[in-house]
Amino acid sequence: MILTVEKVKKSFDGFIAVNGVSLAIPKGEIWAIIGPNGAGKTTLFNLITGHIRVNEGKLTFKGIDITRMPPHQICRLGMGRSFQRTNIFPRLTVFQNIQAAVLAHRGKSFNFFKPVDSFFRDETRALIERVGLKDYGETVSGTISYGFQKQLELGIALASEPELLLLDEPTAGMSVKETHQTMELIGRIIREKGLSLLFTEHDMEVVFSIAETVMVLHQGRLIAEGSPAEIRGNLDVQKVYLGETR
Amino acid sequence: MLKRNWFLIIITLFLALLPCTESRFYIFLGTDILIMGLFAVSLNLLLGYTGLVSFGQAAYFGIGAYTCALLMKKAAVVFPLAFVAAALAGAIGALLIGFFCIRLTKIYFSMLTLAFSQIVWAIVFKWNSLTGGDTGLIGINFPQYLDSSTRFYYFTLGVVVVSLYILGKVVGSPFGRILATIRENPERTEFIGINVKLFQLIAFMISGFFAGISGALFGIFNHSLFPDLLYWPMSAEVLIMSILGGMYNFLGPAVGAAVMLYLRMLVTSYTQYWPLIMGTILALLLFFFPGGIVGFLKSQRIFAKGKR
Amino acid sequence: MNLPDPSFLIIQSLSGLTYAMFLFLIASGLSLIFGILRVLNFAHGSLYMVGAYLTYSFVSLFINAPGQFWWAVILASVSVALIGGIIERFFLSRLYIREELSQLLFTYALVLIIGDFAKVIWGTGQLSISRPPILKGAIQIFGQYFPEYNIFIILIGLGIAFIFWLILNRTRWGRIIRAAALDREMLGSLGVNVSRLFTLVFIIGAWLAGLGGALVAPIAAIVPGMDVEIIINVFIVVVIGGLGSFWGTLLGALVLGQVISFGILILPRLAIVFIYVLMAVVLIIRPWGLLGKPLQR
Repeated sequence: MILTVEKVKKSFDGFIAVNGVSLAIPKGEIWAIIGPNGAGKTTLFNLITGHIRVNEGKLTFKGIDITRMPPHQICRLGMGRSFQRTNIFPRLTVFQNIQAAVLAHRGKSFNFFKPVDSFFRDETRALIERVGLKDYGETVSGTISYGFQKQLELGIALASEPELLLLDEPTAGMSVKETHQTMELIGRIIREKGLSLLFTEHDMEVVFSIAETVMVLHQGRLIAEGSPAEIRGNLDVQKVYLGETR
Repeated sequence: MLKRNWFLIIITLFLALLPCTESRFYIFLGTDILIMGLFAVSLNLLLGYTGLVSFGQAAYFGIGAYTCALLMKKAAVVFPLAFVAAALAGAIGALLIGFFCIRLTKIYFSMLTLAFSQIVWAIVFKWNSLTGGDTGLIGINFPQYLDSSTRFYYFTLGVVVVSLYILGKVVGSPFGRILATIRENPERTEFIGINVKLFQLIAFMISGFFAGISGALFGIFNHSLFPDLLYWPMSAEVLIMSILGGMYNFLGPAVGAAVMLYLRMLVTSYTQYWPLIMGTILALLLFFFPGGIVGFLKSQRIFAKGKR
Repeated sequence: MNLPDPSFLIIQSLSGLTYAMFLFLIASGLSLIFGILRVLNFAHGSLYMVGAYLTYSFVSLFINAPGQFWWAVILASVSVALIGGIIERFFLSRLYIREELSQLLFTYALVLIIGDFAKVIWGTGQLSISRPPILKGAIQIFGQYFPEYNIFIILIGLGIAFIFWLILNRTRWGRIIRAAALDREMLGSLGVNVSRLFTLVFIIGAWLAGLGGALVAPIAAIVPGMDVEIIINVFIVVVIGGLGSFWGTLLGALVLGQVISFGILILPRLAIVFIYVLMAVVLIIRPWGLLGKPLQR
């Protein structure tokens, strides 16, 4: 198992956001978490990546206990993540965005005197190409389109050479075409590098097209887990989603 | 790129030849500008590059100033040692204060830097026996080999040029780039594997180190020290210099310092209402020239596109 | 060490309480503005100072008229409220789309500008006015004399605190204000005219500061520098009590009032260091103050 979550609980001011969730993701697989808004998906992600602390429960990544680990250490262990609201470095160029991530990953961030532009040019360019932003290297990242920013986010996450990728709504706000392209890109990268993927989505087509296992979160609890076909036929899930079309 | 380097060379030459004017006045102004310029650039490492709005930089300036002066006056320490001690004191002060401050964000961070700065001020103000308190520490002489305004000016010029060179390297290095990502998005920076707090603390220390150097220079230049250089309007003033010059540009704050000190000298010879002028300039800056002087000039393409 | 007379302690405590009321008036305005507009108004001390100066001017204008002081207080505080409204409406509001530092620095620019304008208009000397005839006397408390005017201040301060509590908790506007403090973005979608709300909040905050200045006029020296001197203490109050918390501001003011009042007696040399240490300690251990809301995350 590359990631295990054991009976994790988190509450804010009395409101229980995540209520005893457990899951275990085997290496190299693609898992999806779905659920209505407010089900706790992003909170669960934040708990896994260490951005917030669990109240109860245990998190294990690659066999290592990460329950109390700060986010930057978890990242260094080999977890990469994208965020729901685009999280890039807006005033830096696309190239600088990815280069920073490469710098951090390769442990060169404590270099105080060499000019930064010469570092890892090839690796950065390769990553820029891989996420489909070849001609935008010198563009200030805050000015590119939303879809491209999401691709950049993916590039930043990949720069840390993760073994497990956590993607929080990777196709949010995208058109049908953009969604297709993005999912194709993600799928290709996952296969090429043998990465494990855990993602959340609202777009059911996306989920059912690439996920091997789907989990359903509702009000902080995992109410179902299984293959896409099993989930599609699950009555509880349908009840929860009644009224939610997509 | 080339244009910008030529400009720097011309400025440095101009500064080097300034004492040839034989004008004590200009030497005096020049020394003042150099010292405050370094101070402002050191602050900007935190403000413009790391995104940390510190209201308490005067603390490290003052710590440096008083450390150097007191060591020389009361402990008969030779200037070079006192000078280095001042820089280190500034760095250590920044380490201690920064350690607590970086655990907070935004306005709370700023307020804590202000609180600490006021604590340092209050200690200096009240510790009469050591610092002379309100009556000040007077009679700080030029050190042995720098016993004229001109000599001290050249020394200051040398120190400031070297310091700016070092700071420039830091800012253009991978470390500096990570500071920029921290400014842009601390949460994201955590998740590219960076211990954000550690980097912020190091930035704090570097900033405090050079603020301490400028303080030490200031004490000797002024031949006296009073606690009000630690009072919060001083921190506000250097913050304004940074923004006036342009906080997203490395030398912007130095430009801001130069302009502000020159303007102050002009205005105060005509009127006592310098704060009114300064406040108005600040307001105009905020409304119409958010990039500061250098930002404005850059947008007019007066300089070739430099790197960030 | 001689134990001080208990009546002396009571008087000292009441002095601290009086000062606390002024701190409360100004701090509640500052806290209100911060809670809703998310702007830390450096110029709040300046508004306080203008309130004091204007009171002096109005009193001089209405010389020998009956009730001159009270009219002056009303006019001065309302004038400051109007000044606040103009500041917010025509200047500060244009900076809302920019980052918070710009707004903060603008308020500091105001400190500089207002400070000098005050010097231009009223000069650099120390001004003073006398207390209103009704409150000129002193009453005896446990054998010591305590000015009636100060008692009045204490009562007024508590009265205003009570009125504000009523408004905040029992009226529609109060509910809107409390909601705005929690979630500004939501408010627009609820049909509230947010920009008008902001102006109104700033006006109220300014009025409070102006009132504080007006009421302090008879018992303090009206000098340049009183703006800078008070604002730092106001910051300490809102830090201790919690930025944006109403009761916290009152509590913070009461605490600081007593600390300053007794600190100067017990440890005169360290008192001034102590209040800043207090500010730092609160920020380190409990940044949201005694009664504020814990920070997100």
